[in-house]
Amino acid sequence: MSGAPTREVARRVFAAEFNDATFTFKESDDERAPLYALLPTGERSNRVFVAGTLTETEDIGEDSEYWRGRVVDPTGTFFVYAGQYQPEAASTLRDAETPTYVAVVGKPRTFETDDGSVNVSLRPESITMVDEAVRDRWVVEAAERTLDRVEAFDEEGNEYAERARAEYGEDLSAYRQAVLDALEDFDTEADVPADA
Amino acid sequence: MSDLSDTAQEVHDDLSEHVDATVDDVEARLEKLVTEYKVPVDEARRSVENHYLDEAGLDRDDLAGGGGNDTVEVEDVDEAEQWVDITAKVVELWEPRSDSVGQVGLLGDPTGTIKFTKWAKSDLANLEEGKTYRLGNVVTDEYEGRYSVKLNKTTTIEEVDEEFEVGDNEDEVEGALVDVQSGSGLIKRCPEEDCTRVLQNGRCNEHGEVEGEFDLRIKGVLDDGTDVHEVIFDEEATEDLTDIGLEEAKQMAKDALDTTVVADEMRAKILGKYYRVTGPTFGRYVLANETTLLDDQPDPESVLIRARSM
Repeated sequence: MSGAPTREVARRVFAAEFNDATFTFKESDDERAPLYALLPTGERSNRVFVAGTLTETEDIGEDSEYWRGRVVDPTGTFFVYAGQYQPEAASTLRDAETPTYVAVVGKPRTFETDDGSVNVSLRPESITMVDEAVRDRWVVEAAERTLDRVEAFDEEGNEYAERARAEYGEDLSAYRQAVLDALEDFDTEADVPADA
Repeated sequence: MSDLSDTAQEVHDDLSEHVDATVDDVEARLEKLVTEYKVPVDEARRSVENHYLDEAGLDRDDLAGGGGNDTVEVEDVDEAEQWVDITAKVVELWEPRSDSVGQVGLLGDPTGTIKFTKWAKSDLANLEEGKTYRLGNVVTDEYEGRYSVKLNKTTTIEEVDEEFEVGDNEDEVEGALVDVQSGSGLIKRCPEEDCTRVLQNGRCNEHGEVEGEFDLRIKGVLDDGTDVHEVIFDEEATEDLTDIGLEEAKQMAKDALDTTVVADEMRAKILGKYYRVTGPTFGRYVLANETTLLDDQPDPESVLIRARSM
């Protein structure tokens, strides 16, 4: 526990919030210091874990392969980009037959578009095929962790909540609503008898 | 003088098994020593206790706990420098690495196991493996988060006839398996006696170039969104987890002329899934004894209620 660098927790965040996390920062001037995305609900995130439906893949590279995958959760779409430096993830995207459930561990990255807006994407460390059980568990887990952050938002001394308030404002209703949508969606799904 | 009546109550409770005295009797004796003869409370307490013990023809050692130590179970040891009594079975004896150590090994009770050290100069009888003892007056110690007990000159050893299953201090961790680290899959270990180091490019750190022995291992990371836990799966646990056994793994590596295909295949099977792992913790790692895939339908209802009430 002492000495060893601590591994960053993979945050659970719905696409609706992830794609709003346009502000990134480092905690130190060191070139190799980890880059964090500031989540609007008041947490820093250097890594996320996502499970959803891979709906489309496309090679958008010009000289070399550069794969973009769309991973959909109940609240929106994660854009996953993998090129030559993520060979396993790139080959998973190349070989995937959509639609399929996938789990993605990855790092949040931002880029500025031609019109000056900032897009948030996910640079995968791994992409694996999973089943519906994993996706369902993730939805409930992401809902819980999101509520945890919303609850802690007004706590005194919550540094990242203060920064989030300054960057994005203090209206979290959209993220609470995303949780409700995700779970209610889930609820109706669960009421439909599974094909046996 | 509520202090005195508290003390009197304690003395009375300690002695009540052996002595027929009321709390008032005890307090009167204490009162006399403390107020009339200006004896400090501690000393007065001692004196009063001795009086009653004499009267009953008892030694101080006959009192429960041999002088007021807590009798603890292994899992309760969570602080260094505590004098305690413990009843435990000798699970294993190890080879002492130093002349100052008489015996060293592992004690266990139903709640878990703990290392013990008996100093050579303590002049105590030797403990035997498999036997259960009541050990009075041992001292707890801590090193890098792990606790042990030390037997010393004042320790009493009494063999007792108690049968129990020794428990394992197991932790339970769960989460999504978010990483399978390097050094996982089909690995080679140094074949030298007592050296099980994993070879790097055919070399052992200690013994240089050696003909390695194949083994299976996974170093994984379970992450629940709040904490990360590093988990090691040994050969058996790896086969349980991945359905790939050592022979099959060797064949895969042979066919591909490359050992890394094994880890790749394992990654594809297990990354991104949720598991619960139980096992003992050593340093940073939980050693997987039992692994359960968490694939039951989650219940969104309680989270939904929470979200609606916010």
